[in-house]
Amino acid sequence: MKLHRTAMSLGLATLLCGTASAETLRWSSQGDVVTLDPYAHTESFTASVLHHVYEPLVRRSRSLEIEPALATSWEIEEPTRWRFKLREGVTFHNGNSFTADDVVASLERLMHPDARARGNISGIARVEKIDDLTVDFHLEGPHPLLLNELSGVYIMDREWMEEHDALAPGNVSTGTTSYASTNANGTGPFVLDSYRPDMGTVMSVNEEWWDTPEHNLTGIEFRPITSDATRVAALLSGELDMIAPIPLQDIQRVESADGFTVEQEPALRLIYLGFNFNEHLHAMPGEPNPLLDERVRKALWHGIDHDALRERIMRGNSRTVGIMVAPQVPGYEESIDQPYPYDPEQASALLAEAGYGEGFTVKLDCSNDRYINDEQICVAVKAFWERLGITVDLTTESRSTFFPKVDRGETDIYMSGWATLPAMDGFSVLHALLATRDGSRGGNNPNGLSDPRIDELDVSAATELDEEARRAMLAEAFRITRDKAYYLPLHQQPVAMAVREGVSVPQFADEYVRLWFATIGE
Amino acid sequence: MLAVTAIAFAMFRFVGDPVQLMAREDASIAEREALRASLGLNDAIVIQYGRFLGRVVQGDLGISYRNQREVLALIAERAPATLELVLAATILALALGIPAGVLCALRPNGVLSRLVQAVSLVGISVPTFVTGTFLILVFAVNLQLLPSFGRGQIVDIGGWSTGFLTPSGRRALILPALTLALYSTTLIMRLVRSEMIDIMSTDYIRYARARGLPARRIHFRLALKNALMPVITVTGLQVGSLIAFAIVTETVFQWPGLGLLFMQAVIFVDIPVMTAYLLLVALVFVAINTVVDILYAVIDPRLRERAG
Repeated sequence: MKLHRTAMSLGLATLLCGTASAETLRWSSQGDVVTLDPYAHTESFTASVLHHVYEPLVRRSRSLEIEPALATSWEIEEPTRWRFKLREGVTFHNGNSFTADDVVASLERLMHPDARARGNISGIARVEKIDDLTVDFHLEGPHPLLLNELSGVYIMDREWMEEHDALAPGNVSTGTTSYASTNANGTGPFVLDSYRPDMGTVMSVNEEWWDTPEHNLTGIEFRPITSDATRVAALLSGELDMIAPIPLQDIQRVESADGFTVEQEPALRLIYLGFNFNEHLHAMPGEPNPLLDERVRKALWHGIDHDALRERIMRGNSRTVGIMVAPQVPGYEESIDQPYPYDPEQASALLAEAGYGEGFTVKLDCSNDRYINDEQICVAVKAFWERLGITVDLTTESRSTFFPKVDRGETDIYMSGWATLPAMDGFSVLHALLATRDGSRGGNNPNGLSDPRIDELDVSAATELDEEARRAMLAEAFRITRDKAYYLPLHQQPVAMAVREGVSVPQFADEYVRLWFATIGE
Repeated sequence: MLAVTAIAFAMFRFVGDPVQLMAREDASIAEREALRASLGLNDAIVIQYGRFLGRVVQGDLGISYRNQREVLALIAERAPATLELVLAATILALALGIPAGVLCALRPNGVLSRLVQAVSLVGISVPTFVTGTFLILVFAVNLQLLPSFGRGQIVDIGGWSTGFLTPSGRRALILPALTLALYSTTLIMRLVRSEMIDIMSTDYIRYARARGLPARRIHFRLALKNALMPVITVTGLQVGSLIAFAIVTETVFQWPGLGLLFMQAVIFVDIPVMTAYLLLVALVFVAINTVVDILYAVIDPRLRERAG
């Protein structure tokens, strides 16, 4: 019988003797990597972990700007043809060198009808190899978000895929699983050593990395821990160096413990309330829908005390907003980012003016396990609105039943969140939330919101290559949204992580973990 | 078994829509529709169920929506962790429960046995996640003696991964096994206690006492041996429920077994995994009940005669 130790050094034994290796970073999160196949999933957490092994043509810098990675430069030759120059001298972890063939094979694999992540790119007709270090992207039309999309496309090695029969992406529907689901071979700063679902993923440093490391790690051990209490306990007991994110309810406890720090900042994810724009409300069938009246929607906005939400429920850690995107996201404009002030009298006046001085009945639907304090926020919103004389019928439920319900348009007012990921661009809000729903757009606009000017902007912004003009279009759409109170943005929820003393890891608003910027000191 | 699959299948229609969680946040409706159609979720439930049964008969449990790996492989990978945990918990429950039960039966009014009985109430009434979290707080965070999560270092032998062979693996086992064993320990202790008390008042024990046999021999050779028969039955059934209810313990300790797999499948609406898990648990119960029935017949000759 063959007996071998797994390559997984979990570090527990050494740790308990007090001699933990200083430069292996042990961290934990709630979820696990769902698969190692970069094109078989659409989950940003998994993408974030895989980014340590795989790299895209362009990546996000410390300030989340797009910067060259495997491509060194690019040129728009024609509106529908972009030329990328590839980096020379890059090798994959198995020693193969990186060339244009790999880019072509990767994109073909991603555009395969079975690839789940296919939707992360759009409008690419084909990719053509010009020479070993040059590729042309042929597009179906002018496509300003090409770079944003490519920053999420990890490049795989063609020979490796051929060797392991992994040229087709894994797919649940067709029952395809491949070698690439459990193995990885990229060009990234870390090499995958082992992967065990729900137990851990271990990586060691890639000595051959083309970039100059800003980190001083020799390895990374990722160990998912589902239970919040256990994850925090594991950090406090010294079994972990970092947890990201840290549950909000535990922030104070960790901060008060010796030798740990908590870092937090507003995330890109913006929490908002969506309205029903259909003829009737579900709460009042047969009667006209009060939410169709702009004044009613504004009254609802004036009726919420955002400062109280921030201070009491979010413990001062959220950022109150008036626009549907975070400041880092293209399309953001400070002048639109003003919430309607808390003014119950104004709200009552608006309601009376609209003919609802006696109030009305409305359903409010929320998840209770998706966003930070989602249930508490909705309870508070209900209380604010009931002060205006509105009867609010609140339902909270698990996300697995909540989101399908929202999507089927079975709600009057619902809470949701949007982070504009992976593109990190305001167009994502315009296209998915604001545009009138049909087969290809308005995917998250389930309740019949329809504004002809916004639809025009959606069409023109999709192909506008002049960045300034494009951003102006986005901003115009967001201004209309605010002026008409089409949505009621609540806040940017925070992202928070906790590290032990001596560990330094920058935190990113897109909630990605980028450990190639991490250092461990003494 | 058929009933279990049907109920499970019908039930999972209501846990939510996997497509919502599988698709990208800004997926268009057309994309989501295509995914739903390709997963066969648009067909009538009877057709879906028939298709599912057809595959199960061929030994194919499908592919996990979340992990995108074969469900059968996932279960095979996770089973060792749960079985080892259950084994350790069972041994622990027997090793603690039997002596404690004997103690309580022999000295019903002693201070120690009263204490044991009081503590055993805790074992029955406090939920598992509370005891688990409490143990973590004390032994991992405050005393820093034992790991708070995971299986430690494991060794692969063939297709079986075991934590028994490494020090860190054994250490990682202690807290979850203790948590899981608490309920069974209490149960066994109470059972042994009442059986022992009954037996101690029977004629043959009194006769043995009258003959002047040493107390040790009476208590352990004569009384305990007879008191153990029902304990074996109950332990057998407990093993089944331990496997089934390890879900909470495994979640608290991030023990990578079947319970954790199931828990995450529920969160993700991973219908293939959930169905397979329920199928497996039903199978375990059926198997254990059958074994117990056979054991009865072996142990008790009267049952055999009646059947024959």
